[in-house]
Amino acid sequence: MSSVRPAPDAGPPRAPAPVRPARSRPRPLRLGRGDRLFLTVIVGVPLLALLVFVWLPALASIGLSFTTWDGIEPGDIQWVGLDNYREIFTNYPPFWPAVQHNVVWLLFTALLPTPFGIFLAYHLDRKIRFTRFYQTAVFLPMVLSLAVVGFIWEIIYNPDNGLLNGVLNGVAPGHHIDWLGDPDLNLWAVLIASAWRHTGYIMILYLAGLKGFDPALKEAASLDGANGRQTFLKVVFPALKPVNIIILVVTVMESLRAFDIVYVLGGGVGSKPGMELLSLLITDNIIGESSHIGYGSALAVVLLLVSLVAIGTFLAQTFRKEDQ
Amino acid sequence: MTMQSRITPVTGHSRRSVVRGTLGIGAAALAAPLLTACGGGPSSDPKTVTFGSNGADATPKSAYAELTGAFTKDSGLKVKTNTVDHDTFQKSISSYLQGTPDDVFTWFAGYRMQYFAKKKLAHPIDDVWDSIGSGFSDAAKQLSRGEDGKYYFVPLYNYPWAVFYRKSVFKERGYAPPRTWGEFTALAKQMRKDGLSPIASGYGGGDSWSILGAFDYLNLRANGYEFHMSLMRGEVSWTDRRASRTLDLWRELSPYYQQGAGGRSWQDAAQSLLDKKSGMAVIGLFLGQQITDEKLRADIDFFAFPEIDPSFGQDTVEAPTDGFMLSRRPKNPEGAAKLLEFLGSAQAENLYMGVDPSNVAVHSKADTSGYNPLQKKSAELIASAKHITQFGDRDSDPGFISTVVLPGLAQWLGHPDDGSALLKKIESQRSRFFTA
Repeated sequence: MSSVRPAPDAGPPRAPAPVRPARSRPRPLRLGRGDRLFLTVIVGVPLLALLVFVWLPALASIGLSFTTWDGIEPGDIQWVGLDNYREIFTNYPPFWPAVQHNVVWLLFTALLPTPFGIFLAYHLDRKIRFTRFYQTAVFLPMVLSLAVVGFIWEIIYNPDNGLLNGVLNGVAPGHHIDWLGDPDLNLWAVLIASAWRHTGYIMILYLAGLKGFDPALKEAASLDGANGRQTFLKVVFPALKPVNIIILVVTVMESLRAFDIVYVLGGGVGSKPGMELLSLLITDNIIGESSHIGYGSALAVVLLLVSLVAIGTFLAQTFRKEDQ
Repeated sequence: MTMQSRITPVTGHSRRSVVRGTLGIGAAALAAPLLTACGGGPSSDPKTVTFGSNGADATPKSAYAELTGAFTKDSGLKVKTNTVDHDTFQKSISSYLQGTPDDVFTWFAGYRMQYFAKKKLAHPIDDVWDSIGSGFSDAAKQLSRGEDGKYYFVPLYNYPWAVFYRKSVFKERGYAPPRTWGEFTALAKQMRKDGLSPIASGYGGGDSWSILGAFDYLNLRANGYEFHMSLMRGEVSWTDRRASRTLDLWRELSPYYQQGAGGRSWQDAAQSLLDKKSGMAVIGLFLGQQITDEKLRADIDFFAFPEIDPSFGQDTVEAPTDGFMLSRRPKNPEGAAKLLEFLGSAQAENLYMGVDPSNVAVHSKADTSGYNPLQKKSAELIASAKHITQFGDRDSDPGFISTVVLPGLAQWLGHPDDGSALLKKIESQRSRFFTA
């Protein structure tokens, strides 16, 4: 912009240089036209992408949730108002079990693997022997792809020659437990597989936080006569608030979007009795040979609302505290 | 000073142009899917036909390769095969057909074919049938027509469902193949006494479809073909007294099922039959794909599903038919028609059966001299049937079956108590799938 002349060795002083102070005085035009164009592009393109690929589909889903459509001819879309929602809440057998399972999933994950991951992190952070080995071992499931995790647990849960039934048979012969087939049992079987993965994830997050923790605080606590538990609960845990928030968000999100491992262990065809989840019901209705786009969209909107309520409450609380 | 003033703008520009370049690529990537969606796809090559295949397993894959290879030799047209895993193919069929599908694709006869014909996602192929029609029976023709009476489908093979067993087990223990329901349940009882799992069973994971075979047969034998088909097409209520009779019969049978069925694959269930741990299996001829030791094949036999109501006898055979369809706007219509004509010929069927012997050819002029005893018996069973059904999820709306009926039946089979609650649940969803 500034170099007007094309000659490469354009002599001593550059022409526009003296103008600069004058230009900066009238405030509004600090950016040149090129810069503004550049900014427009660099902000505009991602914004456009966000609108087209995230917000448009989201809004379209909300719109479609009031219609019935087989997903083929756009002309076949029929407005049905709140019918889909009424059907879902009053007359869709897998819906309430799915809601219940989502809640169970959230509570289970928040109460067992998450604290356990923190527990492991806290202990592995101390300089015990083989700590690297333990850390790697616990984190390993997180490195595997979900398909592999599914295969591993399928082998463990196989009713005929699986590891678990083999061990059971050795201890008390004659017992035959159908881990993934029994509707009263399979959700828990899947939750354990998911916890196996989740623990390592939480552990690594918390370890990262602990690495940045100021040891002087711990020293001060022990000088004051705090024991191990008191040090953790009163000093370390509150001081790691940012990490705690991340862990909470991760746990809630993972529970609401739980899908993949259930899908894999359920055989990859959709929801199975005992393992219904909202995310699975959505794909049940939308993906497949005869799709019910409107119905599936209504389910998706329900999940969206639930997620928004969960995330919204959480964000509101965090920000309110931060403002004070 | 001069150095500085020369260098700064240069680096500034280059950094900016790098970003600009990246943005350009990003924008192009974003636009790409839109462009391909608008255009008619890549320019079509008149010497090439594209073929979408769901035969991803080793045996069907090499069998299809044999077919397309022979066609290329005959016609000089190249076939570009696009193979997708069986379950994925089925699940994404709807979006596949709306996008840029291959010219010719594998699919199933029955309601499932008619659904896509009705939605205009397939192209009628009456002209193809003008030349291949003479090779097929009326039943096969019936199976290949849409609701509008036009042809949409070229059948390749079918395979019957029946009750399979090992001859040596029956001989050792002195069992006789049962013909009636009473004999059947008595045999199952005896097997359990002898320490066998009477009926091999595995419907875990993605295999819950495999229980439909038993449901279809129970319903067909107890209530007849007409009622079964109306039930499948959503024309009668699922709370009908006859449907609950079917579940009552099933409950009678369920104690004889192999334990832990909800977590087992059909392959493992079939294996337990081959290992002589189970006595019988209600399954299709594709059970043969599970046999790795060829000597074993001669020891496998089957009997038709037993009679329940004498007025219907054993008049219906469940024999799903697989074949091919033409996509709605083929890129190479002439070439695709030629390929379909070839696939509808006796020669194509012979080539296919030569590689994959666990099916039976549909073409009436197909060479059956190379059939193994199981194939021969299957062909006879199908030929003697008064009615041929396709399969629960092919005779009905597959969405209804896979999201309502199957989960319901699978859950009920775990605790087969009174079926009326289940039937009420299924019935409450029927109108969502079958509206005029």
